[in-house]
Amino acid sequence: MGSIAMRSSAMNTVWQIDPQKCVRCGNCATHCVLEQSAVKCVHAYAICGYCQLCTGYFEPEPNDLNTGAENCLCPTAAIKRTFVEDPYFEYTIDERLCIGCAKCVEGCNRFGNGSLFLQVRHDRCVNCNECAISKVCAGDAFRRVPANAPYLLKTTSHGL
Amino acid sequence: MRPDANESGLTAAGGPENRAARPRFNPTLSLSVLILLLISTVALAQQRFPPPDFESGHKLPLTTTPAGRAFIYEYVDVAVLAACIAISVFLIYRKRSRAGLVGLSLFSLAYFGFYRKGCVCAIGSVQNIALALFEPGYAVPVSVLAFFILPLAVSLFFGRSFCAGVCPHGALQDLVLLKPIKVPAWLEQALSTLPFIYLGAGVLLAGTGSAFLICQYDPFVPVFRLSGRALMVIAGVALLALGMFVGRPYCRFLCPYGALLKAGAMVSRWRVTVTPDNCTQCRLCETSCPFGALREPEEVQTTPSVLRQDRRRLAFLIALLPVLVLGCAWVGDFFSGAAAALNPTVSLADRLAAEKETPAKSGALSPDDLALDRARQNADEFLRNAEAIRKRITTGSRIFGGWVGLVIGLKLVGLSVHRRRKDYEPTPGDCLACARCFEFCPSELVRRGFPNGFASQPLDGSPLEPALK
Repeated sequence: MGSIAMRSSAMNTVWQIDPQKCVRCGNCATHCVLEQSAVKCVHAYAICGYCQLCTGYFEPEPNDLNTGAENCLCPTAAIKRTFVEDPYFEYTIDERLCIGCAKCVEGCNRFGNGSLFLQVRHDRCVNCNECAISKVCAGDAFRRVPANAPYLLKTTSHGL
Repeated sequence: MRPDANESGLTAAGGPENRAARPRFNPTLSLSVLILLLISTVALAQQRFPPPDFESGHKLPLTTTPAGRAFIYEYVDVAVLAACIAISVFLIYRKRSRAGLVGLSLFSLAYFGFYRKGCVCAIGSVQNIALALFEPGYAVPVSVLAFFILPLAVSLFFGRSFCAGVCPHGALQDLVLLKPIKVPAWLEQALSTLPFIYLGAGVLLAGTGSAFLICQYDPFVPVFRLSGRALMVIAGVALLALGMFVGRPYCRFLCPYGALLKAGAMVSRWRVTVTPDNCTQCRLCETSCPFGALREPEEVQTTPSVLRQDRRRLAFLIALLPVLVLGCAWVGDFFSGAAAALNPTVSLADRLAAEKETPAKSGALSPDDLALDRARQNADEFLRNAEAIRKRITTGSRIFGGWVGLVIGLKLVGLSVHRRRKDYEPTPGDCLACARCFEFCPSELVRRGFPNGFASQPLDGSPLEPALK
């Protein structure tokens, strides 16, 4: 008991996804105890290429490069595409709509810079004693992090 | 980049490059970049599309990081817990007030239950402690440690005061209790070993990093959160429905933390008594306890023949104890496979070993296939690691089996020891200190000034009614 007390930390821990280990399996959308998952897609704008043909936004081989639903990858239309300057477009995540399914993250990682990634959003997470998603995480990417540094943000593309 | 960027990926990637025709990029150049990407390596994968320099002076938005609950609230929770326990002790031992405890229960239910959504709670903290015991890399947060220690320490002095009105699980069940029925003694005694067995299973699975069983199968947290797994929502509602007629079924027959508190309460310094001063054996309190904790006075037979028989039975049971422990430890070995299957690493390793020869799938992979893919990348180390965990689980399962044997053996020993009781009194381990029995005791009513208070203010001179019927 004493040794546990010695080792205990003043800081509480929270759950977070290591984006470098995430394999975009889609379990985050379905295994959170909340009805709408606390895991959302997050955008590291500094890594983004602002591509006109964003492979995180568009279906593979889209009919046209417009915001029509048939061209979009996101099942809930949670990504907003705004024109910045020719030929650049900015992609913003609407977290109220995002369900954390990682479809866009997969597209961005596979063909793009990997600026889209999943994170547990702590304004939504109820911080279960044992995260239900962590038990089924295909990439073993969930871990406890100190509550004062609750995010593991991407700063370089593809973790290098 | 994942090294297995496959064929379908490439076509899709080629498409965008041809169509998008980004003026800053020479198509052939980007194509060659993609080809280089195919041979894939880390260094090249780093920058596929360099971030643009905006001519319009566009400012990059910042990635938002919404904060969770502020750190200070961890201590607020602990302070509220400590205050609630103190109030509970005060209400039970000093005020002897059932109404006060109902009020406290309502507050606990609202705060620890519906506001804090039942997490982290004392019941679940057992697993954090178990994990910290066996996993050197895991540091228990101080607040969780406090949730574990505070109620337990108090139980050594004041019994299960935490259960009485602080635990949201207990409060929820206590408030739905409508018409308690008596559970037959044999069933009550048999079921009362379950919390200890559940505690052992919870510690085994948490200590080996397999699962937080007690949290996963918590029936009331889905009620507090108003969402959860269908199975547990049904279990929670069913337990509450049962709880209308059987007093606090989870606390008495399942709660693993209750098992610890029971052990503490058995040796507690102060105990709940039905009567504030002396018992007149009026038997009015006999049926007052909805939790089967109230025992009637028992005269121990001391005739030599009975005594000899009792001693012989006790000696037999004590001799049986090590046999039971070893036997159950042996049986526990058979369950190590089931326990290991609950560990994500071990179950993945099993699949990896089974499918080592089959080639990796390509195309859209299911989560399970992706996990297998991850394990494959460093297969030998993964299998070695899983084997080490499996060994720990096997050892743990044997210890758990022995623990089950010990619990059953000690229960039998406990049942065969007769204690002399001359008053009606609650058994310290089983008493949840709910304060229901107090107002059944005429001495208590006298203490509260009932008959006298009644007598001093007769209604319009009518003859005095007896306060107690």
